[in-house]
Amino acid sequence: MNEPVRWTGSMPPTQGRQGGQAARAPGGTDLADILERVLDKGIVIAGDIQINLLDIELLTIKLRLVVASVDKAKEMGIDWWERDPTLSGGRHELEEENERLKDRIAALEQAQARPARRRKKVERAPEPEEEQ
Amino acid sequence: MITYLYAVGRDLERVPDVGSGGIAGGALRLVDEAGLQAVVSDVDREAFEDLEAHREDLAWLAEVARAHHGVVEAVGREHAVAPLALATVYLDDDRVRAVLRESRAEFAAVLDRVDGRDEWGVKAYVRPAAARSAAAGRPSSGAAYLRARREALREGDAAIAAAEREADAVDAAVAALAVEARRHPPQDRSLTGRSEQMVLNGAYLVERSATDELRRLVEELARDGSVDLELTGPWVPYSFAGRAS
Repeated sequence: MNEPVRWTGSMPPTQGRQGGQAARAPGGTDLADILERVLDKGIVIAGDIQINLLDIELLTIKLRLVVASVDKAKEMGIDWWERDPTLSGGRHELEEENERLKDRIAALEQAQARPARRRKKVERAPEPEEEQ
Repeated sequence: MITYLYAVGRDLERVPDVGSGGIAGGALRLVDEAGLQAVVSDVDREAFEDLEAHREDLAWLAEVARAHHGVVEAVGREHAVAPLALATVYLDDDRVRAVLRESRAEFAAVLDRVDGRDEWGVKAYVRPAAARSAAAGRPSSGAAYLRARREALREGDAAIAAAEREADAVDAAVAALAVEARRHPPQDRSLTGRSEQMVLNGAYLVERSATDELRRLVEELARDGSVDLELTGPWVPYSFAGRAS
């Protein structure tokens, strides 16, 4: 084949139609299409470890939806997560970050709790005088 | 470690050139038996034994799917290829050899069927009727609005029915050029990212020598018809690798 292995495009550039439904970029790969084939098709032969195909069908739908929305976002140039180490990188970084944030929240809550009590006392202070 | 089976060919001399390797970056190997070559790599046994646990880990699964497809496609670039379904794993290479021996006829049949041919996808969408709603103008009353709305819905239903009829015609025309054809269920709007309804999601096994003819045909059908068409491919023939049906 002397053409690109994957060729994807709208046929033809639809007459006079504009905006909105952008045609997929030629050469772009639609993962929803890949998943449809990889998960649903191909030779099904018994492996040594049984994988429940019934559930894979359900999973396909879920996966497709997630991936389709990711691809759609990329199409629109929203791809910040690919450059964000906490999202594209390993889990450990994310967990560490999570722990650090939890610690900070705890510290902030403690700091918040003290002045709050003081304020309450101030507010309550005049009450006995009014009652008397 | 266990052996993950991606694809089977019969004239492979070396592992396909995939920059990123197989699943989890695993090195690809060929397992040669009975005149067939299986493309495999080692994968973590736990990950696949416990697929249940990974079921909700969509990022992991999407990664496996991408890697699987990357290897299958790399093989298909230069050879007839029989792609395996995702997550076909064996305890070791000897088990893969046994499977190649046992299922030799089935693999050979798939390879014969797809040799020199590509899979193409043709999708058809209902063409949006912008003119229809614009022509309606501003309704003079609530009742007029409801009447117009009912009318629009009826017209919408009619448009879909007409598009479905045309999709059948497109399918028949492309199938006539193809060696084999399959109709997959139309994809949901949330998948296609398009607001128009999909009315055809066809897969066609086409002789490589007829590629230009196919492109011309789809262009022609798109130009003359009243549904929007999308051609995707060439694909490794996943849709035609199953048991003959």
